[in-house]
Amino acid sequence: MNQLLQHYPAEVNGILSKYPPQFKRSAVMPLLYMAQRKEGYVARQALADIAEICEISSTEVSSIVGFYSLFYDEPAGRYRIQVCTDLPCALRGADKYLHELCARLGIKEGETTPDGLFTVEAVKCLAACHRAPMFQVQGDGDIIYYENQTVELTLAWMDEVRAKLKAGKEAA
Amino acid sequence: MSEHFLLRHLDVPDIHKLEVYRSLGGFETFKKVVTTMQPADVLNEVKNSGLRGRGGAGFPTGLKWSFLPNTLWPHYVVCNGDESEPGTFKDREILEGNPFQFLEGLAITSYAVQANLAYTYLRGEFWQLAHSLDERIAEMEAAGLLGDNLFGTAYSLRLFTHLGAGAYICGEETALLESIEGKLGQPRLRPPFPAVAGLYGKPTVINNVETLANVTPILEKGAAWYKSIGTEKSAGVKIFSLSGNVQNPGNYELPLGTTFRELIYGCGGGPGEGRRVKGIMPAGASSSIIRVDDEKILDTPMDYESVAAIGSQLGSASVIVLDDTVNLGWLVSKTVNFFKHESCGKCTPCREGTYWMNRLAGRIASGRGRLEDVALLETVANQIAGKCLCPLGEFSVMAVQTGIKQFRSDFEELVAPSSSQ
Repeated sequence: MNQLLQHYPAEVNGILSKYPPQFKRSAVMPLLYMAQRKEGYVARQALADIAEICEISSTEVSSIVGFYSLFYDEPAGRYRIQVCTDLPCALRGADKYLHELCARLGIKEGETTPDGLFTVEAVKCLAACHRAPMFQVQGDGDIIYYENQTVELTLAWMDEVRAKLKAGKEAA
Repeated sequence: MSEHFLLRHLDVPDIHKLEVYRSLGGFETFKKVVTTMQPADVLNEVKNSGLRGRGGAGFPTGLKWSFLPNTLWPHYVVCNGDESEPGTFKDREILEGNPFQFLEGLAITSYAVQANLAYTYLRGEFWQLAHSLDERIAEMEAAGLLGDNLFGTAYSLRLFTHLGAGAYICGEETALLESIEGKLGQPRLRPPFPAVAGLYGKPTVINNVETLANVTPILEKGAAWYKSIGTEKSAGVKIFSLSGNVQNPGNYELPLGTTFRELIYGCGGGPGEGRRVKGIMPAGASSSIIRVDDEKILDTPMDYESVAAIGSQLGSASVIVLDDTVNLGWLVSKTVNFFKHESCGKCTPCREGTYWMNRLAGRIASGRGRLEDVALLETVANQIAGKCLCPLGEFSVMAVQTGIKQFRSDFEELVAPSSSQ
């Protein structure tokens, strides 16, 4: 049973309708975004589901996951904090910012905070060179930019996220 | 510049709203084009304007359109919004601030080559931007600006966005096409060129976001108006993305041919107090570095020809300023690490070459290098140059070659700190 088709029939068909009917393979990337929306990574079952929809092999779907940096085949923190450390950002202190952020969180770059919420990673250029240091957050099916950052600002934002999640849990 | 033609949201902050854009004459040009002009006339207007591709290559836009054969159908238009060059952040601002002018340019371009379907490829990180663009496209559909039988003619057009997922290589146009087709973003062997065999094997025009945003005012105000701005061979306005060691980084819309001095000091406020400009990378991480010893070089006009004449490239005009605190050996370790990460792995010189350059440059920058590593790094770069399948591999050596050649002592200082004292 194809779980993606079963759970999100309208969304899958909406994606397919963007491309000529004989080129279903074009839907592979939008479908991967959909598949990793909930868990933050693409599970094995989803690879097979997408392969079936796009009429390609699941190995081919898997190779797409491996090639593109925004797709993941392993779980990480709920929010991936991705700091650009390329040249223009580094000229505005991005390396130092990342180093200090990790130190304050007591983790190494690439690691996740003990509560499982935040994974901090160094990534490549995000087209925000004039507002460095900056990071994007990938999680909960969204990608959001946070620019002109300081370590203090980022830590305060992380506290906010934690508080919001806690309030949400208590309300439920 | 008093009036903006591309970054119009700086003059009219609400121009991202359809009713505001239309109240200023928005989509009247598209209507005029579809109802009163032949596709060939639109193409000629753009050809005569002297507009050149703003993505980096600077190829004449009208000429590019004219390569589509009228014997093969359908035609497609694809917009390149992959914007991933370190130092470039202009397309993002157009799409956020002045999206309808871009969409109108895309629509006019589609009519000029008689495409009924156009895709805008956005880098995956522009996730929220893609969703807002989808909403604007839906607004256009609701307003009768997209769909079948536009303005009572036989012409129909639909627009879609397609998100990438984090791959610099997808800014290379054939890799971008592969990516839309649901494949790995790896460049195709050429010929055939996309104008003949592009998306789904059909004739395809691929233009950058900024290029398309220029098409709207050209058709509104005419080729002669556009040609009156800029220089003879580099016509029009350009958005310069200014970053690095300057006090006011950001996007600045200026006529082509404006000097580096005007951009870096006039707009950007120059480097920090007490610092001086040591080098300039005018085309992002892919640039040949311009060494600034004599301040006269800052009076070089920023147009395609003048920047080439001083041994560099204007590219997408992503101007990274380096002040005298920057060590070029460190800088090269940054750019090379980027290209190593972004190499698609298809051709050997780039895949292996960037790997070895990254190892060597990393070792030099971390202080663990030996003097002969500098020469070895240069040798590896020279062996990559001219042998790659696409420009990414060629770009990866620019900073290495020009960096070592012009700033060798920076590298030597890192590998042998005692001997340079």
